[in-house]
Amino acid sequence: MAFSPLLTSLDALSFEESNNNDKRQKIENLLEAKSLIFAEPWYKTVNSLHLWNASLIDVILISSPMGIMGLPFLTRRKGFSAKIYVTLASARLGQLMMEDLVSMHAEFRQFYGSKESNFPPWLRQEELEILPSVLKEILAGKDGVELGGWMPMYSAADVKDCMLKINSLNYAQEVCYNGTVVIKAFSSGVEIGSCNWILNGPKGDIAYLSSSCFFSAHAMAFDYRSLQGTSALIYSDFSSLSDTQDIEDGDNYTDPTSDNLLPPSFQDSDGFNLNSDEDLEEKEKLVFICSCAIECVKDGGSVLIPINRLGTILQLLEEMTTLLEASAMEVPVYIISSVAEELLTWLNIIPEWLCKQRQERLFSGELLFAHVKLLKEKKIHVVPNIHSHELLKNWQEPCIVFCPHWSLRMGPVVHLLRRWCGDPKSLLILEDMVNPELALLPFKPVAMKVLQCLFPSGIGLQKVQPLLKTLQPKTVLFPEDLRLKTNFSCEKSFLVLYYTETETLKVSRQKDSSEIKIAADLASQFYWKTFKKEGINVTRLKGKLLMENGRHHLFLDNDKKASSRNSSLLRCGLVDSNKLLAALSKMGINASMEHGTDDAGPTNVRIVHTEEPYKALIEIGNTSTAITTVDDNVASILFKAIDNILDEVC
Amino acid sequence: MAIETLVLGAGQEVGKSCVVVNINGKRIMFDCGMHMGYNDHRQFPDFSLISPSGDFNDALSCIIITHFHLDHVGALAYFTEVCGYGGPVYMTYPTKALSPLMLEDYRKVMVDRRGEEELFTSDHIAECMKKVIAVDLKQTVQVDEDLEIRAYYAGHVIGAAMFYVKVGDAEMVYTGDYNMTPDRHLGAAQIDRLRLDLLITESTYATTIRDSKYAREREFLKAIHKCVSSGGKVLIPTFALGRAQDQNSGKTIGTAREMNGLYYLDGIQFGNTSFFGSNSTNSELCILLEDYWERMNLKVPIYFSAGLTIQANMYYKMLIGWTSQKIKDTYSTHNAFDFKNVHKFERSMLDAPGPCVLFATPGMISGGFSLEVFKHWAPSENNLVTLPGYCLAGTVGHKLTSGKSTNIDIDPDTQIDVRCQIHQLAFSPHTDSKGIMDLVKFLSPKHVILVHGEKPKMDSLRERIHSELEIPCYNPANNETKCSSVDTPNSTLIDRNLTPELKVEDERVADGVLVMESNKKAKIVHRDEVLIMLDKKKQEV
Repeated sequence: MAFSPLLTSLDALSFEESNNNDKRQKIENLLEAKSLIFAEPWYKTVNSLHLWNASLIDVILISSPMGIMGLPFLTRRKGFSAKIYVTLASARLGQLMMEDLVSMHAEFRQFYGSKESNFPPWLRQEELEILPSVLKEILAGKDGVELGGWMPMYSAADVKDCMLKINSLNYAQEVCYNGTVVIKAFSSGVEIGSCNWILNGPKGDIAYLSSSCFFSAHAMAFDYRSLQGTSALIYSDFSSLSDTQDIEDGDNYTDPTSDNLLPPSFQDSDGFNLNSDEDLEEKEKLVFICSCAIECVKDGGSVLIPINRLGTILQLLEEMTTLLEASAMEVPVYIISSVAEELLTWLNIIPEWLCKQRQERLFSGELLFAHVKLLKEKKIHVVPNIHSHELLKNWQEPCIVFCPHWSLRMGPVVHLLRRWCGDPKSLLILEDMVNPELALLPFKPVAMKVLQCLFPSGIGLQKVQPLLKTLQPKTVLFPEDLRLKTNFSCEKSFLVLYYTETETLKVSRQKDSSEIKIAADLASQFYWKTFKKEGINVTRLKGKLLMENGRHHLFLDNDKKASSRNSSLLRCGLVDSNKLLAALSKMGINASMEHGTDDAGPTNVRIVHTEEPYKALIEIGNTSTAITTVDDNVASILFKAIDNILDEVC
Repeated sequence: MAIETLVLGAGQEVGKSCVVVNINGKRIMFDCGMHMGYNDHRQFPDFSLISPSGDFNDALSCIIITHFHLDHVGALAYFTEVCGYGGPVYMTYPTKALSPLMLEDYRKVMVDRRGEEELFTSDHIAECMKKVIAVDLKQTVQVDEDLEIRAYYAGHVIGAAMFYVKVGDAEMVYTGDYNMTPDRHLGAAQIDRLRLDLLITESTYATTIRDSKYAREREFLKAIHKCVSSGGKVLIPTFALGRAQDQNSGKTIGTAREMNGLYYLDGIQFGNTSFFGSNSTNSELCILLEDYWERMNLKVPIYFSAGLTIQANMYYKMLIGWTSQKIKDTYSTHNAFDFKNVHKFERSMLDAPGPCVLFATPGMISGGFSLEVFKHWAPSENNLVTLPGYCLAGTVGHKLTSGKSTNIDIDPDTQIDVRCQIHQLAFSPHTDSKGIMDLVKFLSPKHVILVHGEKPKMDSLRERIHSELEIPCYNPANNETKCSSVDTPNSTLIDRNLTPELKVEDERVADGVLVMESNKKAKIVHRDEVLIMLDKKKQEV
């Protein structure tokens, strides 16, 4: 977004909330810090979410801690009643991040006041017109349709309320929605608590593959085996969308003082083979970044690391403190965040959500993360905010600081960036920033060094096909946006359908029929009719149908009311008029065939008259037989006679 | 079709829990415990009954361990490393973390203290643990294509779980030890309303109904508070793990015996606590005291004797997610297993003036440091000694609990004039008979098998389950096999199925016809479709 950070005393610098839009903007000269919007940031949610009726949503599945951040926008709406499923760890992490965000907004409230406006001035058309095109596009989208998606920030109460509506799960725990769909989450390896989903219904199963990562330093590994063999798989890992855009070689380390801010990319396109040494490559990147940081503090500069992905932060923290210790330097490390203390404590009590190596630490009686020890030794200082007494007391430069917010628009990072942006010795480490120039705009001119790094956060393009082959779904639903990047043309083992935003894609049902479990006591009461010629046994079903855990069950029904509602029997065969006459005469009924109808004329109707002792007319057709009489008793007697000579099916 | 249950241990007794169940062609071993009352072949289950040829890999699909007590896990390393079982073993995360400690402690006691031949080595334990797959609660784990298992919270000790097993249509639960009421550091057992063919449950307290634990805790705290507020000293003798040797005393008397004793405690009615008892008690009592100290703003020091290390505390801290809700809720501000008021005790403080509370080993005052302290403190009526609910005959603890005698002979030369107050503890993490009945009623399985209890009491519980709940119930002895057929129509199944907690009904009625064609799967069709299949025309009348 295009908001400005809060003004400081002197210059009217401001900022935006750089959005997580995937689109990259060409930066224009017009754009200056002053053009950013001076207001408490709003947030843009999913396109046209505001047009949906919230009460029509049945189930919400949240696949990652980040994925929960927009949920209060939805849960605070009237009529919202959907079941929300999230893994326990995602819920906890997500809640902490939301609380942190809310607390950072307090600063804006103090400055701008807390008046709530449904229609802030910056959303007005005339205001939009005078904005630089980059900002305009951020606000309105390419064709202006995204304007409606803007929402004011939620409150702490909204977050609390949202958390109360959540159903949290463990990995591989089965929950059943409404008796019909069994839902299970399996780790995706991207973040602690992140997951992919399997939905099991009577008509087949669906896998939902969100961003997944084969290499994971903390989170439990990507459990792709559990996603195997589904009838449909929704591929929803969009991380490779930006892949090609980030393949730029050049210096990993650029000096951003130059007017033209080239995003220093830290990413290589290769090395994504399934059994690659991604692990090693990651480690190398990590070591490189950390050694840059160490160099920097050796020079007397400070290092600022905005908190983005938890996984990266934890790795940087661990690696940096190790390097610091190795180089015997006494440089303080600060973590400034309202939730950091709770987060770090929590991380040490969740062995069930961590990768194998971390779990081994539990089994050998070691702490899961080293930071507990570092905290005790006062090598890391955790404080809730920048004004906290403890921080002021201990503050020492140069230092290494981890703090929110990655957008560089709010939180402690703004203050520290202002402090250090003019210092060429200091270093800012950004992770996967879509538009670093826009992000740094309010702080211009930036003399401090900027290092941008990118760690894989999804399935690399090269791995998509091998992975899908391993998973063996019958149908793959693939994003249209990624169509050009992958080639499924020679893919024979599964069908590929492409989906696009806001369009419903119909997938033909894989299973025509569903299974039913029939109770043993009911089955023992079946009355079977055998058709020898066809080799078929047939029985009529009578019982109570129940749907439970995604399966149909049929049980014996003792309810008299229901069973008395007997529907008519099904008969087949032809009524042989001669047989009927014989049968009738046996019963003492005198009947005669109407002449001229026995050889089945074009109408195929034969007519039989009975005279004694009852008077009636029987019309026999190929598919129906009608009895006409004045007396109900007579009708039922005749009915029995006909019934006897027909085959009863069931 | 039938579920075949072979009880290898804990049949009409408490000890070496081990049950092998054959369910729809899969054979699963639940628990692999040792009997601490024996030193001969009887201490392990008779594994030869599983496979006479000794090929256990083919004979078993998996092993499931419910918790880390030795009577549930004690024979595991022996079975996997010495007998050669190489298949998967499942247990919860805490059980996997704590079981090797238990096994190692036991091994040490056997070898170092008793001088017995070791039945398995440290390497065996390490190798054995590599075969273990840790599971989380409620996870549905697919052991193989047809066999799925799931752990439910059992509350008995940290990480204790009941296990649900499903193979095809057959479903069962093995409870292990469980507790139906929450206590201060663990929650109560929790399970879904499942449709079971068989429930195998422990029955330690088959006939006992206990009063509330809170009342007993309150009493305990009150006694301590009264003592310290009048300047007295409190001695809490507790059980150390073999690991926490009494280096001070140098006396090795009784630790192994104490393990035996404790082991019995675990099972039998006067039981004070679980076997790991040692730590679980220490932690539990300590949390109890800490909590009380905070609330009452007491400043009286609490000490742990130098020989008593709370080894397991490190694990407890990381596994706090498996404790009670209350402890979980406060972890971020204060980890309940970080004892703020607890200090180390130095021998020099023995005769220091002023009140204090001291945890010292061994638990039954059979020697060691607790006896030394006892000698100093017992003569004053201001002081208080708490004792476990059950003490082995011959120990000072036993003498204190059994008689009213004020003079106790420690050895031929020493006599102590006991004037201090005595308080007996009786906390047990097992469910009582009401809890067992509640669980059986809640699950309403088609069959119940009782294990882990005393025969006469089990018999009476069996009759109750049979008469009150109308569920066939058995309590087979060791090495007996019980078949529970699961294909007979059973009316209880139907009743239960029609009364789920929440049911949405509609009145719609559909017509369906079940068709079985030779060599094809049975299917249900609409009646009109039958005619097409039969190639016949419908005839309406």
